[in-house]
Amino acid sequence: MPKVKEIEILIIGGGPAGLSAASAAADLGASVLVLERDDKPGGQLVKQTHKFFGSKKQYAGDRGYQIGNFLIEQCEKNPKVEVWNETTALGIYEDGVVTAEGQGKHLKINPEKIIVATGASEKMIAFPNNDLPGIYGAGAVQTLMNVYGIVPGQRVLMIGAGNIGLIVSYQLLQAGVEVAGIIEAAPTIGGYLVHASKIRRAGVPILTSHTIIEAYGQESVEGAVIGKLDEQWQLIPGTEQDLKVDVICLAVGLSPLTELCFQADCQMKYVPELSGHVPLRNKYLETTRLGLYVAGDVSGVEEASSAMVEGRLAGICAAYSLGYGNDVAPKLQAEALAELSELRAGPAGQKTLKGIIKLMDKGGAAC
Amino acid sequence: MLNKTGIPTAEDVKTVSPSEERFNKGPVAIIECFQEIPCNPCTEACKQGAIQPMEDINNLPKLDFNQCNGCGVCLSRCPGLAIFIVDATYSATEAIVRIPFEYAPVPQVGEKVVGLNRAGEELGTFNVHKVQSGGQKNKTYTIWLVVPKDLAMDVRGIRLGGIRHAN
Amino acid sequence: MRITEHPILDFKRGEEVTFFYDGQELKGFEGETIAAALHAVGVRVLGHSQTMHRPRGLFCAIGNCSSCLMVVNGEPNVRICVEKLKSGMRVETQQGKGCLK
Repeated sequence: MPKVKEIEILIIGGGPAGLSAASAAADLGASVLVLERDDKPGGQLVKQTHKFFGSKKQYAGDRGYQIGNFLIEQCEKNPKVEVWNETTALGIYEDGVVTAEGQGKHLKINPEKIIVATGASEKMIAFPNNDLPGIYGAGAVQTLMNVYGIVPGQRVLMIGAGNIGLIVSYQLLQAGVEVAGIIEAAPTIGGYLVHASKIRRAGVPILTSHTIIEAYGQESVEGAVIGKLDEQWQLIPGTEQDLKVDVICLAVGLSPLTELCFQADCQMKYVPELSGHVPLRNKYLETTRLGLYVAGDVSGVEEASSAMVEGRLAGICAAYSLGYGNDVAPKLQAEALAELSELRAGPAGQKTLKGIIKLMDKGGAAC
Repeated sequence: MLNKTGIPTAEDVKTVSPSEERFNKGPVAIIECFQEIPCNPCTEACKQGAIQPMEDINNLPKLDFNQCNGCGVCLSRCPGLAIFIVDATYSATEAIVRIPFEYAPVPQVGEKVVGLNRAGEELGTFNVHKVQSGGQKNKTYTIWLVVPKDLAMDVRGIRLGGIRHAN
Repeated sequence: MRITEHPILDFKRGEEVTFFYDGQELKGFEGETIAAALHAVGVRVLGHSQTMHRPRGLFCAIGNCSSCLMVVNGEPNVRICVEKLKSGMRVETQQGKGCLK
């Protein structure tokens, strides 16, 4: 291999956004390299056993892992797409060179365009003994259960009733694990209510306005104390309940994995609606560092359906900017933009829309 | 209340229930989808034209009870597992409720299972009349339960089996 | 514990291999991570924190959080949540920061 790998489009992250970007760009004729940290691409999709929402265009009705396999196959079939597994991007330099570590080697890549699709990482919350073994991020439970077929324990307390908390609770039931309950500090369930109803009718209580007070156990989790919150989110004395559980699963939100964007000197902004610091970008997902695009959770935490569409959009835009697909690219861009508007048009998408408006509002004009 | 507990209320259910008259005509879909989310596979699943196409993908599904023949294709396609089929004409005293099921082990025909309501509370032991596989790709089973007529709009779940792990 | 029956997923496990956890002989499957293999036999405490000596277990399972560092074949600070199990591997609880021999 030459010292520096030359490539037209480098995609960092092989999840739903990255893979969608790769095949969209390659379909227009661009040569693409995907860097994937894991030993195979697919990101979190491969851990999802439920059928996806959305429309046919986002593979609605297919299960997450099936969509993941489909996206992987699509890239494998395309001779213009190369995927380097077990390769972690380390830095994006001023001269445009990207460095990476892959199978013990230090690699240099010189791309013409970059799409950052690094996804998000799990948030943590503070409570006494939150470091005990047996307390996992929801993603870890999914990895153990749905990738390796190993249950995390016998009886689980789920913290968070957003889509991830609801879905992972359902997955736990599917794996034969008891879910003692789902608690949510907010007064209402954050995730889709059809997910909530599905778990509720299996007998799992969902307690809104409830928080964890502490976990306890000698060497690992033996139980948790939870309590009810009033309208000011203050604990109501006397409402404490002791739950004997050996697993506490945290599904308290995600933060965009933006280290590379910060390092690449993209202009960043803190937008709570998008779950943290995100890079400013124009509607074609190009950041203030020209030629660097973002797609998926790194540009604001949302559903995988929109991550796939964003990936496709970024892939089209990056290829188009290199002179590919002059005849079809504008139409494909318009289609992807229309799909994104459609997905975000309902009440569930209002938060994202508000976040994007905030993001583009001030200082976003530069791009 | 649904958004605090996950349990659809009687009022919620009323908004998606057909008339007594329609119940008496045979199987019909009950689409227990009460929140506007971007999702439309049910509209494409229905070959009877009973679930109208959505103008906005976030719309709630609209079912024309008179066009619906209770075929159950929408039930097996709904990503939210929110569609049930009720046939109140099964016998003089009993109805069939078809329930989507994605757990293991799968109940078998002739087996007695514990039926649950929307809150997961036990309503009794009911006979499994039929089990439809969703197929290799879909994987959602449809379990047909025979229930007393007055419980046809209450039975929505099946109690799960025991723990099923090796070692 | 391993899932033996799942309504949606089939688990394709690799060949059964033997490995050693603090000298104890255990079985696992090729292709799974060391953390998965330890979990399957019920080992959840993977080490103790350096200063407060608090028990440490698996947290993120994707190589982000460094809660699962152990000594593998003599090499310290291995993230066992992403390191794949191989036949004959020696997995040991790490003391402190670990040292390279």
